[in-house]
Amino acid sequence: MIYRRTSSPSLWEEMDKLQREMNRMFDSAFTNRLIDRPINSHDFPAMNVWTKADAGQVITAEIPGMNVDDLDIKVVGETLTISGSRQAPVDDENIRYHRQERGYGSFTRTIQLPFAIEVDKVEANYEKGVLKIWLPRAESDKPRKITVKAI
Amino acid sequence: MTEQLSNPETQKQEIVEQEQTERTRESRMYVPRVDIYESDDAIHILADIPGADENSIDITLEKNVLTIDAEVQAEKPQDYSLMYAEYGIGGFRRKFNLSNEIDQEKIVAEVKDGVLKLVLPKSEKVTQKISVKAAKE
Repeated sequence: MIYRRTSSPSLWEEMDKLQREMNRMFDSAFTNRLIDRPINSHDFPAMNVWTKADAGQVITAEIPGMNVDDLDIKVVGETLTISGSRQAPVDDENIRYHRQERGYGSFTRTIQLPFAIEVDKVEANYEKGVLKIWLPRAESDKPRKITVKAI
Repeated sequence: MTEQLSNPETQKQEIVEQEQTERTRESRMYVPRVDIYESDDAIHILADIPGADENSIDITLEKNVLTIDAEVQAEKPQDYSLMYAEYGIGGFRRKFNLSNEIDQEKIVAEVKDGVLKLVLPKSEKVTQKISVKAAKE
């Protein structure tokens, strides 16, 4: 098959289009990889993010068996850091392990929030091994509504 | 000869336990991660079951099979919608075969902060062993 180009502008258009397609392909490949990547120690704990327009976000994480005193939550500007450590398993000469699947040790995770936080109003609770953090959006950061006046 | 040796059928395979029945409720089920250790007088099981509490955990023992079944209510913050998820919410189930050396009457279970702790005391009576003798010609 022979492609015949009658004018050069259409060739550039074609190149442009191809480039856009390639960009999109790489973009989607990259995002997919971010979602599917295996969880390593930096990604503990796994988080779910809940959002409500203008009100803010709620972040939940499953961290069973934590001592509340060992949990540390920090909010600086628009970053949230959760760190803590899970107790090491019982270690005794008289016991013998058959299985050890539960993880232990210390962890830290930092996430970037999409908006500024009302730091004084951040609340967190830990119940049944699930950590829940309420992050209200800063009043100054909320979108301003502009009314249209009729003249 | 070499063909016979490389036949995969001769390889030992581990038993894969399969769920025989289907659940009627449509929700996800996960396998809880466990630690199992044995002390002089008991076997201890620790299982991670975040989101479950003492009212939603069902532990049954039937014919030496111990089943841990934990229902987890999907608690969703009111008026908020899930924007990004790294973990799924669902119940937990896992089965273990217990040996006869466990005193099944005295099993103790407690749950705290999403971790279930089971203590399975060993029974006093020792199972009788049958020794195998080499047969004489």
